[in-house]
Amino acid sequence: MNRFYTLIAVLVAVGIGLLLFLMNRSSSPAIPVQVAVTAADTAGFQGYVLGSETAPVTITEYADYQCPACQSFEMVEFPYVKERLIQTGKVRFIYRDFPLDQPHRWARLAAHSAACASDQNKFWEQHEAIYRTQGEWSPSGDAGAIFRNLARQGGLDLAAYDECMRSLKYAGRIQASLDEGVRVGVSATPSLRIGDRLYAGVQPYDKVKAVVDSLIAAGGAAPTP
Amino acid sequence: MTRRMAIAVLCVGGLFVSAYLWMFKLGLMGTIACGGGGCVTVQLSPYSRFLGLDVALIGLLGYLVMLWLALVSLRPRFAAGGWPVRWLALLSGGAFLFSLYLWYIELFVIHAICRWCVASSVFITLVFVLAVLEARRPRQGSA
Repeated sequence: MNRFYTLIAVLVAVGIGLLLFLMNRSSSPAIPVQVAVTAADTAGFQGYVLGSETAPVTITEYADYQCPACQSFEMVEFPYVKERLIQTGKVRFIYRDFPLDQPHRWARLAAHSAACASDQNKFWEQHEAIYRTQGEWSPSGDAGAIFRNLARQGGLDLAAYDECMRSLKYAGRIQASLDEGVRVGVSATPSLRIGDRLYAGVQPYDKVKAVVDSLIAAGGAAPTP
Repeated sequence: MTRRMAIAVLCVGGLFVSAYLWMFKLGLMGTIACGGGGCVTVQLSPYSRFLGLDVALIGLLGYLVMLWLALVSLRPRFAAGGWPVRWLALLSGGAFLFSLYLWYIELFVIHAICRWCVASSVFITLVFVLAVLEARRPRQGSA
């Protein structure tokens, strides 16, 4: 009888070991870097937009999901920007990906996860959840599983989400955003392009508001394409 | 190895299959090892929940209870049968019927087969057969 209990104990130990192995095995898809951007990748897409099209000022943020400073802007400053500038019709806000692959190995995957959420009109929810949990997935060996869990918690259709992630269909779009950022002179994240000027680093709400107010006073400003 | 021991071993197998599927549902496993898209289709379908609970979680709890019953039934005082064996037959019978329902859903509603679910249904079928044989076994010393 004791030998039988030993057998059960061995089976349980092997089972737990297998589950832990499968949990720690990285199953996150790799998003290609320097992917060839096709016209289809950018057709009709100029970034993820919040706010009125007729707002007098446009702010474009170039950011990296794995960058701690970007998280700081997202969590601390952006709620004020959203409530007091975007929702009041003063600002049209555009978010663009600027993944710094070194040292942020999950930045593109995070951007792709948010892009797949946008297929289901849940971009901003997934975007916020990814930034909020940055401390959890950033050091993880399998960030993709955490993004998927966030998608599940956010009520996304997981079959469609998984298919989107597997297809890597937004890899080109992410690269195009990065290329555009380089073109306009982005060299750090987060960077805010307000009107035609670029502001690098975390900008406090008060400063953003002051710039926006001055642009509105001067007659408004949308960035030069 | 006796039938009851075999039931306990099968329950351990079913327990880990259910745990694997449930952990996938919780987003802890990333992608699922399946050799095709059937497992994802089944696990992410609305039928992967029953009465508000994940089917995989129901399976995990069911196997846990049956494993406990199988281990209890190995005690000498239950050598002639008793409530653990009867409960094993009853529970595994219910689980077997539930697995038939899941088979129907996979084949005729979702049109996808989850290999891990097939493995679990094989486990539960064997547990059911062994438990019924054990419950029907004539008791030693009975008149």
